[in-house]
Amino acid sequence: MAVGILDVDLCGPSIPRMLSMGRPDVHQCDSGWVPVYTDTQKSLALMSIGFLLEDPDEAVVWRGPKKNALIGQFVSDVAWGELDVLLVDTPPGTSDEHLAVLENLKKHRVDGAILVTTPQAVSTGDVRREITFCKKTGVRILGIVENMSGFVCPHCSECSNVFSKGGGEELAKTTGSVFLGCVPLDPLLSASIEEGRDFTQSFPDSATFSAISSISQTLLNSLQTD
Amino acid sequence: YFVQPHFILTTTTRNCPGTTSEQAGKSAPCQGCPNQKLCASGATKAPDPAIAEIGEKLSTVKHKILVLSGKGGVGKSTFSAHLAHALASDTTKEIALLDVDICGPSIPRIVGLEGEQVHQSGSGWSPVYVEDNLAVMSIGFLLSSPDDAVIWRGPKKNGIIKQFLRDVDWGELDYLIVDTPPGTSDEHLSIVQYLSATHVDGAIIITTPQEVSLQDVRKEIRFCQKVKMPIIGVVENMSGFVCPKCKNTSQIFPPSTGGAEKMCADLKLPLLGKVPLDPRIARSCDEGRSFLSEVPDSPAAEAYQKIVKSEFVFRKTPTQMSIVQSVTIKGQNKSCVT
Repeated sequence: MAVGILDVDLCGPSIPRMLSMGRPDVHQCDSGWVPVYTDTQKSLALMSIGFLLEDPDEAVVWRGPKKNALIGQFVSDVAWGELDVLLVDTPPGTSDEHLAVLENLKKHRVDGAILVTTPQAVSTGDVRREITFCKKTGVRILGIVENMSGFVCPHCSECSNVFSKGGGEELAKTTGSVFLGCVPLDPLLSASIEEGRDFTQSFPDSATFSAISSISQTLLNSLQTD
Repeated sequence: YFVQPHFILTTTTRNCPGTTSEQAGKSAPCQGCPNQKLCASGATKAPDPAIAEIGEKLSTVKHKILVLSGKGGVGKSTFSAHLAHALASDTTKEIALLDVDICGPSIPRIVGLEGEQVHQSGSGWSPVYVEDNLAVMSIGFLLSSPDDAVIWRGPKKNGIIKQFLRDVDWGELDYLIVDTPPGTSDEHLSIVQYLSATHVDGAIIITTPQEVSLQDVRKEIRFCQKVKMPIIGVVENMSGFVCPKCKNTSQIFPPSTGGAEKMCADLKLPLLGKVPLDPRIARSCDEGRSFLSEVPDSPAAEAYQKIVKSEFVFRKTPTQMSIVQSVTIKGQNKSCVT
């Protein structure tokens, strides 16, 4: 499967680091910007402002119009090639970036949105507004993921609900959305992301991997039944 | 002593001459720009009168602090709310907490004021009071339902921030704490711009230990340097978790590149403190109660109290400015050296 990730978090682009891409150059070809591939098989294509900054610590201090313009270029001018799935990672909020992505994807089909929350009410309180955003903009909600849902102590296996528990599932119920599942807090996942390692390769037997797998399978099933 | 931050101009047009230049609206690249007429009329050269009005109105506020982060979900709002609570424990002081996270206003819930509404009077908008001496303003109080989404582009967000600063009847204040959304964009530029005619103590920057957060926080620090905002210091949140059963500590968010401690050492910024993860924090915030009162003996509450009482918070500004200057003179951000 050929997958692309478009990172439209222009102020805080995390995708390059999480996928250990360092600072490769972005090249141009006849059909536009060449995305950054994570491997020679080109199974995962990335685009992020993180690849375009001279200095990785440089702040992107842009107001809305400039952000919208770059997002437009990311959608239209990147030579993604034949992709099975394009994932768009967004910053928090319901503002310029979100509107820009939808406007630029208007001529293509947007299957829907996955909403990620942590369990506590302070988070689900914001995600309710994101649900309204999706409804108002006609974006189908593919489902809700409850992230950071419980922590199993590696020393004694006691489960602690560090950020509370169940809020994501309850939100899905009260808003009539699909609940995709919970992903626990896992220091091994955090460490993998820090080092840009593929957690699914390193820890295929973990409960976390099992949770993420199950979520992606449910999603694929719902995309295929369209 | 005034901090005069730069107003970073951004445009939609390549080779824009700048909205305040002589050529604004008149040069070749201006053709077709949506702002052309406005620029040509000279309106963009004039400073927004609200800046001076806000400067006047907030001139009696003794301390103003921004709470910033490059990263979302690190605990800015939690910190802002509890900083306000801690300051308000001195009942002789008047505290205000302003929430400028327009799309995700969390402050009303965290301080137990969800569902409250704002009233208008002859002297402006009345903030909502948590305690007699702790006033709060948030767009959350202007929304009629917790499901309402604020789907606004930059200019409209900037407009409400201006109103929050100019039109809220705060009364005489000792402290104004401003909670912000993550990022370095419209809200941040507007807050800096609208406070440019008044003295700001500086920014407290919140992070979590892992590099994925620090990466974004370094950008926030650069933003502060660009706009000449002093940095009071950095708080590292979610710094370790002690299992309530076996008491072993786990680094759920590992400080793989040395955490905030190394970043602060590298950038010569004060590390104000490290707050551990504690499930009771999330619970208190969800229930709208101060965890400083709920679990005052917890390591997290103790860490917060230590930060609030830290010598770096509300220190005299000349010393704060020298911290920032030593960073810029090192050449970290050449554009800041003047």
